Amino acid sequence: MAENGEIQMSSVAPSGITRVQELIYELKIKQVMTSPVLTVTPDTRMSQFRELLRTHKFSGAPVVEQGRLVGIVSIEDLIKSLSDGRPDLLVGERMTCNVITVQEEESVVEAVKKFSEYGVGRLPVLDRQGRLSGILTATDITRGLLTAIGLDYHEDEIRRYRASHIFEDIESEDTSLILRYRIRACDFERGGEASSKIRRALKRLGADPQVIRRVGIAVYEAEMNIIIHTTHGGEIQAEIQPGRVQIVATDRGPGIEDVRKAMEPGYSTAPEWIRELGFGAGMGLLNIQKCADDMKLGSTPGVGTRLEIVVYLQAKNGQNAQSERAEPAKG
Amino acid sequence: MKLGEILRIVEGKLITNEADLDAEIRCACGADLMSDVLTHSRPGALLLTGLTNPQVVRTAEVADIAAIVFVRGKMPPPETIALALEKGIPVITAPYTMFELCGRLYKAGMASCDL
Repeated sequence: MAENGEIQMSSVAPSGITRVQELIYELKIKQVMTSPVLTVTPDTRMSQFRELLRTHKFSGAPVVEQGRLVGIVSIEDLIKSLSDGRPDLLVGERMTCNVITVQEEESVVEAVKKFSEYGVGRLPVLDRQGRLSGILTATDITRGLLTAIGLDYHEDEIRRYRASHIFEDIESEDTSLILRYRIRACDFERGGEASSKIRRALKRLGADPQVIRRVGIAVYEAEMNIIIHTTHGGEIQAEIQPGRVQIVATDRGPGIEDVRKAMEPGYSTAPEWIRELGFGAGMGLLNIQKCADDMKLGSTPGVGTRLEIVVYLQAKNGQNAQSERAEPAKG
Repeated sequence: MKLGEILRIVEGKLITNEADLDAEIRCACGADLMSDVLTHSRPGALLLTGLTNPQVVRTAEVADIAAIVFVRGKMPPPETIALALEKGIPVITAPYTMFELCGRLYKAGMASCDL
């Protein structure tokens, strides 16, 4: 029967499987079942049942007596009673009494299992008190899944729209999005989180991958500098404007004694343990400079350091290509 | 070169079990200095390294590294594996030295990131 065929969830195209499989676990039976449900009683005549089937175009109904589910009757039972030449029999005499049911709070996957295990066409759904609250067919599940996938897609679209159009939707003389991250000294474990988050934000805003990479590297180096070298940590602020990203990394000391020297390749004051972790090779600031379109570094010993860089969002061919290929020497 | 082929050449074991073995990786770099990874790698490159701390994964993420090979059969700590899984970067451990592994890949036609 068609009802059995429709429950073949595994026949969905491979690319769709993951989300559909997730959904049959996520969705509750309550969310996809048909409710209220048309019921009959044990003393409904089979001929009346036939009329109900015809007018409502369904193929079976739960049998309820004084609010309790006592059986289920289907089109097959009707056909049997017709072929027996007994259309005047009562539903109570023909129905299936051992009804397989599901609970409305269960996830859809439970129903899918029961459909394939018992080969039934419909499952009455019970609430916590054991009262009939709905009915579930394979069609209900298919419809429920399609609706849920549709909602997913819609939300996805909205999310994408919101992020990438923010600068067009919100008008001002000068719009910018400011992201701030506090960086703790010596917090090596979390090193790179700010960079990772800024990268994600830029991705959502639809920035060019090359630009994202440059900003990511620059912020990462700045972040590691704050973690490795400062006494009290600092802050990284990313200000995203329609055409550019400005990164400002500030800290409260100890400051750089000789900024010019700090910019020399290989010059480092990093302790041994940092070097063992693969950092502190004295390339950080240089690396930042390579990724940036503009860079300003100011420091006062005993007070703190302020690093300001700007990366333009529209990839400028000359400069970026050059930064990417600069110093091909192997480390 | 496909990730699956790399795995075979380095005789490695995939630590993060979910990975697209058909993913194409065009160049590789070997480095224990994270700054070098940031400076000299190319997006989509394979990184061979002897360091196993979580910062390697962070660095790989920032540098758009496609997959990481830990040399000399090193097993990264759980934090590193967890971060790699979170970031979707396949991580491999291979039983030979950095030199041997780079050599095997180079011989098999893997390009250097500098080219």
